[in-house]
Amino acid sequence: MIAIIDYGMGNLKSIHNALTTVAGNPVIIPESRDLAGADAIVIPGVGAFGDAMRNLSPFADALFDLVDSGMPVLGICIGMQVLLDRSEESDAAGFGLIRGDVVRLPDGVRIPQMGWNELTIRRDSDLLAGIEDGDFFYFVHSYYCVPEDGQTVVATTDYGVDMAAVVEQDNIHAVQFHPEKSSKKGLVILKNFVEMIKC
Amino acid sequence: MLAKRIIPCLDCDLGVPRGRVVKGVKFKQIRYAGVPWELAEEYDRQGADELIFLDITASHERRETMAKVIEKTSENVFMPLTVGGGIKSLSDARTAFNAGADKVAINTAALKNPGLIREIAEYFGTQACVVAIDAKRRYGREPGRVVVDTPDGECWFECSFYGGREFTGIDAIQWAIEVEERGAGDIMLTSMDRDGTKEGFDIELTAAVSDSVNIPVIASGGCGSPEHILEVLKETNASAALAASIFHFGEYTVSDVKEYLRKGGVHVRLQARS
Repeated sequence: MIAIIDYGMGNLKSIHNALTTVAGNPVIIPESRDLAGADAIVIPGVGAFGDAMRNLSPFADALFDLVDSGMPVLGICIGMQVLLDRSEESDAAGFGLIRGDVVRLPDGVRIPQMGWNELTIRRDSDLLAGIEDGDFFYFVHSYYCVPEDGQTVVATTDYGVDMAAVVEQDNIHAVQFHPEKSSKKGLVILKNFVEMIKC
Repeated sequence: MLAKRIIPCLDCDLGVPRGRVVKGVKFKQIRYAGVPWELAEEYDRQGADELIFLDITASHERRETMAKVIEKTSENVFMPLTVGGGIKSLSDARTAFNAGADKVAINTAALKNPGLIREIAEYFGTQACVVAIDAKRRYGREPGRVVVDTPDGECWFECSFYGGREFTGIDAIQWAIEVEERGAGDIMLTSMDRDGTKEGFDIELTAAVSDSVNIPVIASGGCGSPEHILEVLKETNASAALAASIFHFGEYTVSDVKEYLRKGGVHVRLQARS
């Protein structure tokens, strides 16, 4: 079972439908105690950083334990950003599971970045099996992640700045775009994530 | 680099139980698909970047029918879905989001109650509220208006609402700037002078609005050919182009249009055939 953390902001139908399509057996989890039976965790991407951290705080202890236990975690969009230390968007602290900052998109580009942008793959990753350089994914965001350790950056995208689009550190996987809104290529990534449980 | 978006618009008659896309649909080599979610799947296969479902009916049951259309579509189509037409309140918006919509487009409701833009943005995120602006040229100068030079003379642009049946006296360019401040994520800009004519987008209108705001502008109204889409994406700062009839009537597929745009030097998402 893949637990989709429901932190009460926006609908989770798209990610639920997409994981169902790739046989991920998703369950929407509104309470941290329901994480017990999970094989993997998805932190979906809805809302602003401060609200997200406030609403996610009841899940923090369980999340830290499960990450330590090696359970695969996938953060999407704001669900990626909350994994870092802090964001320019809010005074709230992030989870700090990945060292680094979340900063605002640079001047000179339309904000938010909204639409399909290309990946440049920086290193091999099981999450990106079947994905090629130049494949497009759907992004909607005003801030982006700058991990301290550049080695965690698996793929980047260019929007006024070359920024992290996919970050991985051990069992933590994070994508700035929305795989559940990125048509077939997005489903490939979700399928790859589902495969990680079976290993 | 961010690709320019091509957005088919599905005008939905929700007066029938499963809803149907009006204007008739005849794809080359593809069976007739009058049911909205089947058409949505076809556009997904062709490489559409987003879909907009516009409710053009006025029946009481339509909210439920639109919810069902979106629910069915979101089971198999994984791209951003926008619902527009008849959304008057946060509760209407919530019905659409709960069904699986990613964005709602509001026009009349935003003009009558501008606070609704902020409400939707706060509940569902700034990307979630598309403000639709239906603009009509008014030739001549008027104090307090943003006047734009066009080949046909100087004009300003007036916002209309109630599906183009009434005019507001509001300057469309000033309104665009205001809706950005209020938290709109996209502006869907329709030229009332060009809508339905197939004579091409209103380039001056699109340029003026997209140069006045920092959020993405979707050009709409008047598309009759791939050349028109190339023109508006090359000559203005629009982020996306919307079209209905050129796709519905099967004259062109989305992939035909994108291939044409790519050759013309526009950055678009082309997917490998699978």
